[in-house]
Amino acid sequence: MFFNEEFETLPREAIEALQLKRLKSMVERVQRSVPFYQESLAKAGVTSDSIQTLADLARLPFTYKQDMRDSYPYRMFAVPMEDIVRIHASSGTTGKPTVVGYTRKDIDTWSELMARSFVAAGVHKGDIIHNSYGYGLFTGGLGAHYGAERLGASVIPMSGGNTKKQIMIMQDFGSTVLTCTPSYSLFMAEAAREEGIDFRDLKLRVGIFGAEPWSEEMRCDIETKLNLCAVDIYGLSEIMGPGVAIECCEAKQGLHIWEDHFIPEIIDPESGELLEAGKEGELVITTITKEGIPLIRYRTRDITSISYEPCICGRTHARIARMSGRSDDMLIIRGVNVFPSQIESILMGVEGVEPHYLLIVERKDNLDTLEVQVEVGEQIFSDEIKHLQALSLRIEKQIKEMLGVTCRVRLVEPKSITRSEGKAKRVIDNRNKA
Amino acid sequence: MHVEQISIFIENKFGRLAEVTRILGDAGVNIRTLSLADTSDFGILRLIVNDTEKAKTVLKERGFTVSKTEVVAVEIPDRPGGLADILQTLDADGINVEYMYAFVERCGENAVMIFRFDETQKAIATLAAKGFNVLPGERLYRM
Repeated sequence: MFFNEEFETLPREAIEALQLKRLKSMVERVQRSVPFYQESLAKAGVTSDSIQTLADLARLPFTYKQDMRDSYPYRMFAVPMEDIVRIHASSGTTGKPTVVGYTRKDIDTWSELMARSFVAAGVHKGDIIHNSYGYGLFTGGLGAHYGAERLGASVIPMSGGNTKKQIMIMQDFGSTVLTCTPSYSLFMAEAAREEGIDFRDLKLRVGIFGAEPWSEEMRCDIETKLNLCAVDIYGLSEIMGPGVAIECCEAKQGLHIWEDHFIPEIIDPESGELLEAGKEGELVITTITKEGIPLIRYRTRDITSISYEPCICGRTHARIARMSGRSDDMLIIRGVNVFPSQIESILMGVEGVEPHYLLIVERKDNLDTLEVQVEVGEQIFSDEIKHLQALSLRIEKQIKEMLGVTCRVRLVEPKSITRSEGKAKRVIDNRNKA
Repeated sequence: MHVEQISIFIENKFGRLAEVTRILGDAGVNIRTLSLADTSDFGILRLIVNDTEKAKTVLKERGFTVSKTEVVAVEIPDRPGGLADILQTLDADGINVEYMYAFVERCGENAVMIFRFDETQKAIATLAAKGFNVLPGERLYRM
């Protein structure tokens, strides 16, 4: 089943011809309207005329997340504000988020790609989609929502949290499709079991899980406990949001990336050199149809590999493997992206707190937990428990407010956090060992 | 008239209390009394010792976070209602007790309580005015 059979099954030569045409026109647009690209393209000595074949893409400069931060809030936009109909943002390192804007056509494209993703996952008109991705500045909720409506399915805009109510609605409304993070699906199943509800008895047929890395073992676990077909979805707000790539329910081997709108490349994160198909490296994406905020060779920092092998589902679009990690220190905690530097800047804002901290991430009962260890030096020490507890609470609250992630602050003795020469060890992630 | 107390931050970890007391013992510091306030993660060990400065120095050298606090030692008649009388007096004057604990030695017939007040000087004045015996630090350190 396809949502847009013509485009989803385009022969490779046709995909590449379309990519080349769209790439040239995109580069022409940004060199006309985005000062950042005027500068970076001039520096690299290329113009839209330099692009004769797709191989010329490798001559274009990379775009980094930092470039978007430096352009806060709107300077990367390629169209006037009156053409922007939606603004999303992801949390930033110093409190300032990374901002993205969408034109009406961008929303339209996003809705179509998300609808294509739903169909690839085995969803159809008549399905009841229980959407537990967060609604708001985060792209997950609204992205899945618009795709569901475009498909013509019934969408329940649940958003995250309030697990008991989620379970009640899922049971009473007869939800057939669940969209959330993979860990939250297991958490809900566990919570339901405690209420005497077996997820396997619900009408759920398909689960579309993303926003955090997961493993094949976790898929087996989810499929057994929830009795549904679980597929992986990929997206990031800088590129669009959810629906950049999706696994098809037929093969469940790699995520089809919609190549008529994005050009994927895999590079060596150190050298920036292009890697051949099958080799693992950093995913770089060029958006070729986006109007609001087109990006040339955006460094996603996600580690994967790409395959152009034909797929049994009939889709001709290349497949990227499950993300195996990051080429930077970003943590994904319950679907929320967190950089250690963000926590550091919050801690440094607390009077007397020293720059020695350690983040410990674990997975307990299928949910990620974050512990922030802070050393108690003389400046923040009080011999009254209540003052120290108030300090912990204040830090926890600030991290929740700024980053949207719940954590637990643990006060530790000075020098108990290992000092290392060179790069300090700031993170202990125990999740992969489980 | 106040008494010097040192407070030490210790993680709720195996052997930490033993280490603090060992460091003090090796330095020839004698613990006169102590109290431990704890949470699930950490504790605050409060000590009155015979040599506050020395205790503070050796513990800091070994990397502990230490602070010096002023507390008040008060003699309390060892009879029913003895402590209640003192607390009532303080309450009447609006003085808050942040925490308190008992001193291990007796002073003649009386018990000794250690108090940490939000307003130390005011508390000392109130207690003295009502005829309670506030003990100077020097007596406690040597007791």
